[in-house]
Amino acid sequence: MAQVIDTCGLSCPQPVLMMHEAARSGGKSLDVLVDNEASRENVTRAAQKLGFTVTAVEQDAAVCRLELRA
Amino acid sequence: MNIRRNVFASTAGIMVTGAVIGILAIILQANGNPQNMGICVACFERDIAGSLGLHRAAIVQYLRPEIIGLVLGSMIAALSFGNFQPRAGSAPITRFCLGVVAAMGALVFLGCPWRAILRLAGGDLNAVLGLAGLFVGIGIGTVFFRRGYSLGRNVPQGRMTGFLFPVLMLALLILRLAFPQIPGQDKDGILFYSVSGPGSMHAPLWLSLGVALVIGFIAQRSRFCTMGAIRDLILFRQTHLFLGLLAMLAAAFVMNMALGSFNPGFEGQPVAHSDGLWNFLGMVTAGLAFALAGGCPGRQLFLAGEGDGDAAVFALGMIVGAAMAHNFGTASSGAGIGPYGIHATLIGFAICVVIGLMHSKRA
Repeated sequence: MAQVIDTCGLSCPQPVLMMHEAARSGGKSLDVLVDNEASRENVTRAAQKLGFTVTAVEQDAAVCRLELRA
Repeated sequence: MNIRRNVFASTAGIMVTGAVIGILAIILQANGNPQNMGICVACFERDIAGSLGLHRAAIVQYLRPEIIGLVLGSMIAALSFGNFQPRAGSAPITRFCLGVVAAMGALVFLGCPWRAILRLAGGDLNAVLGLAGLFVGIGIGTVFFRRGYSLGRNVPQGRMTGFLFPVLMLALLILRLAFPQIPGQDKDGILFYSVSGPGSMHAPLWLSLGVALVIGFIAQRSRFCTMGAIRDLILFRQTHLFLGLLAMLAAAFVMNMALGSFNPGFEGQPVAHSDGLWNFLGMVTAGLAFALAGGCPGRQLFLAGEGDGDAAVFALGMIVGAAMAHNFGTASSGAGIGPYGIHATLIGFAICVVIGLMHSKRA
């Protein structure tokens, strides 16, 4: 089961920080929920730098789920 | 949420944005804007405050179309690409106070981060101290981020709330058209105009507006942010946004060299003073305020253009702060820092530290 990180309503750098924290505590499979394009791009860029493969999935009209897999 | 590819999210995209801002800023200078102030969000919000009579410093009163264009350009981009998302409710009064402090700190140095870059690109070496202060201020901000600093989540709002700030900018443009400057007169209708000093130097209305619309459009797409550039470098060793900042500096420098407007030195620089300590500390305070608010003054305008009501409140805080800076004598001038500049810098810094501590999970 992927760990879900809900970053909706938060602005940068918090979504990236939350993703970093989860990755640091050993998370290999993270689902990050983002509700704006800037966060989607930032989290994707930072996760790829950490070696995750990132798949963006449309969750609903407002939210996108980024599936991060180590 | 629609998942679209965004070409401006690339390294090339952010560097093109930075370079375009650098080039267009120098073109505005060549066409009338003050030297090393082709585009400065803090200075231009201060000039707008003056044009509306919120302060009466006669040399810095002009309704700068650049601010209007930055917001509307961003709004057009956001609407075109499905990015217009009305949202608000993340500690608005705190963001307002951060905006006030940010403007007051920036006006001790005499410029926002964009102008710090333009000053350096024009050879004003005092800007090195301002930029060093910006690094330190944002560095202090990252300490709070590591301690779990957050102003809380925003919530989606109705379209009316999202459009309110851009509409306010449109209203300012209508005022500017209804009450144009009468040569040699310091007032037309309700708008004040400088007849001397930096406020009297400006590019033609449509050039200023057009340039700012272009910058607003591409900066919304690329998320150009000078505060984020330094923050991400310190916090994540991430160079993406920083490359945009470097591209802006390089482009403005090349333009200045080409136009013969590069004059290296500390003394006699345009709209600048050479009090190094307060150039540095003013920007420490401003940098910390930008960091805690989540964006440099320019980025806050782009966010406001895409419907972010909290960013709009920060921008309004900056306009009010800029007015206060001149009413209270905290703003610097070419002659040096203002009589209360030191007080504003230190009290502003203390306010930021308290906000940072009170909003951190690990106090």
